[in-house]
Amino acid sequence: MIGEAIAFYMLAAITLLSGVVVVSSPNIVHSAVALVPAFLGVTGIYILLNAEFVAGVQVLIYAGAITVLILFVIMLTEGGTGLRLQQRNEQGTIGAVVAAAVAALLIAGATRTVWTPQPGTLATYTPGAIGQSFLGTNLLAFEGTSVVLLVSLIGAIIIARKED
Amino acid sequence: MITLTHYLVLSALIFVLGLFAVLTRRNGVAILMGIELMLNAANINLVAFNKFVAPGAMQGQVFALIVITLAACEAAVGLALVLAAYRGLETIYLDEINLMKW
Amino acid sequence: MPWYLELLRAIGGTIVIFSGVAIVAAMFGVLLERKISAWIHSRLGPTHVGPRGLLQTVADTIKLIQKENIVPQNADYKIFASAVLIVPLAALLDYVVIPFGQTRWGPLIFRDLNIGVLFFAATSSLVVVGILMAGWGSNNKYALLGGLRSAAQMVSYEIPMALALITVAMLAGSLSTVTIVNAQSHLWYIVAQPIAFLIFVIAATAEVNRVPFDLVEAESELVAGYFSEYSGMRFALFQLGEYGEMFAMAAMAVTLFLGGWHGPHLLPPVLWFVIKLYALIFVFMWVRWTYPRFRIDQLLNFSWKVLIPVALANLVVTAFFVMVVHP
Repeated sequence: MIGEAIAFYMLAAITLLSGVVVVSSPNIVHSAVALVPAFLGVTGIYILLNAEFVAGVQVLIYAGAITVLILFVIMLTEGGTGLRLQQRNEQGTIGAVVAAAVAALLIAGATRTVWTPQPGTLATYTPGAIGQSFLGTNLLAFEGTSVVLLVSLIGAIIIARKED
Repeated sequence: MITLTHYLVLSALIFVLGLFAVLTRRNGVAILMGIELMLNAANINLVAFNKFVAPGAMQGQVFALIVITLAACEAAVGLALVLAAYRGLETIYLDEINLMKW
Repeated sequence: MPWYLELLRAIGGTIVIFSGVAIVAAMFGVLLERKISAWIHSRLGPTHVGPRGLLQTVADTIKLIQKENIVPQNADYKIFASAVLIVPLAALLDYVVIPFGQTRWGPLIFRDLNIGVLFFAATSSLVVVGILMAGWGSNNKYALLGGLRSAAQMVSYEIPMALALITVAMLAGSLSTVTIVNAQSHLWYIVAQPIAFLIFVIAATAEVNRVPFDLVEAESELVAGYFSEYSGMRFALFQLGEYGEMFAMAAMAVTLFLGGWHGPHLLPPVLWFVIKLYALIFVFMWVRWTYPRFRIDQLLNFSWKVLIPVALANLVVTAFFVMVVHP
């Protein structure tokens, strides 16, 4: 129990500190690179929650592909070395107030509700259980997601193509 | 010792960090990074609820996997839009893209 | 086990994996490469240091350690220095799920994760971020071009590699590497899935940037690609990451396709694993010194237009056999 608590607090600290660097660094490449420890911290949280398959997919897709995509686009556009160096717009204070209000609302809602657990136990081999459920009860969501993937693949290629 | 509430508070804090990035950054790519943080926070919520409140079915983890897939699609299309905007308008700072027609 | 013992086991395992990879993969692998290339070129290779030149890499390591760490003036130092940490880290994490043998207390593996194969694919895809950071942080246009090209190549070849891994996992019925090795006790998967083995070996060669896919770090093309500006111990760590990843890919190919540690009971299982591993490493090095290199567009065309359709067709045919013919 105490090992789990230490792991949770360390992972939460890694994720939140990297998140602060992502959000407030003036150098956009530093922000993009700080996404990697944030995503790895979230992976650790999934492993604490017994969701190993989701953790593996998180590293593979988020830290391995989306971060690379973001870094590519930063390097193919200005990359933070352009002439305009101010990274924060004029809504700084009101943004912070709104964010703090949303945080207070969410935390108050989360701590004051009583969540009653339903009966059942979590499957021990999650990849098998997730596979059965994707081809069983969640088949429509699975097929719909694959269609969305195809459409977004074609759309991204057409939008980013050079006009010549 | 670590109950559901701890995970919900953590995900609320990550969500608020992403929200702050979306509200206050000028760079288009930085706003997309904030959106990714918000989606991660929602995923933590889904998986935590699956473990603590509804452990009978895999519904929370399946939903989290679908959200990860859709986040990848949305990041791809959003970044393609940023690239296309940079090619046409020479800028990716969203407060400078304020004319309807160039 | 209580958490402090688990932590000690993790730290001990990390030290063992790091020193094992550093000595076996980086030092011995570099020496093996030079000796094998010399044998293919009908010459002798390094013979000066130690008996028959076997201590050459010890001399090379001492030379690299005592060199000055040069950082370019306008380079982004934080990113320049952190890139060196990510590439070897992702290469070393690959060794966590590889079973090296069978002892009387169980398989000799650091941690038998039940998502072993997925973990391997995930940590191999973490290397790309390190390469992009190395290319950007050097403040050098050749390094940046090399980093972008290398990242594009590695991301393109991850997909056929993952499809080949999925095909084997489908045959064995599990993502855990120990289960896959145990399922090969009668028939190695290279006989059941030759196309998947070929796709995996080609994709593994492209993932570690070796010939015929090493356009991004060839001396005649881009000076040294994404690590042109690194010197001294940082360069040594990049080489450790590259050779370590090559050995990890070969070890995973042995685990998935060549039966892991199975063999007749004349030798202990660990020794069978090592023999198969070095046979595959010899094939990798033989290919390096035999084939010319691809151009970048030929390379990417080969992945997207040839390997991915073949891997998908293989997956569909295997799925048909698993579900319909032998349920």
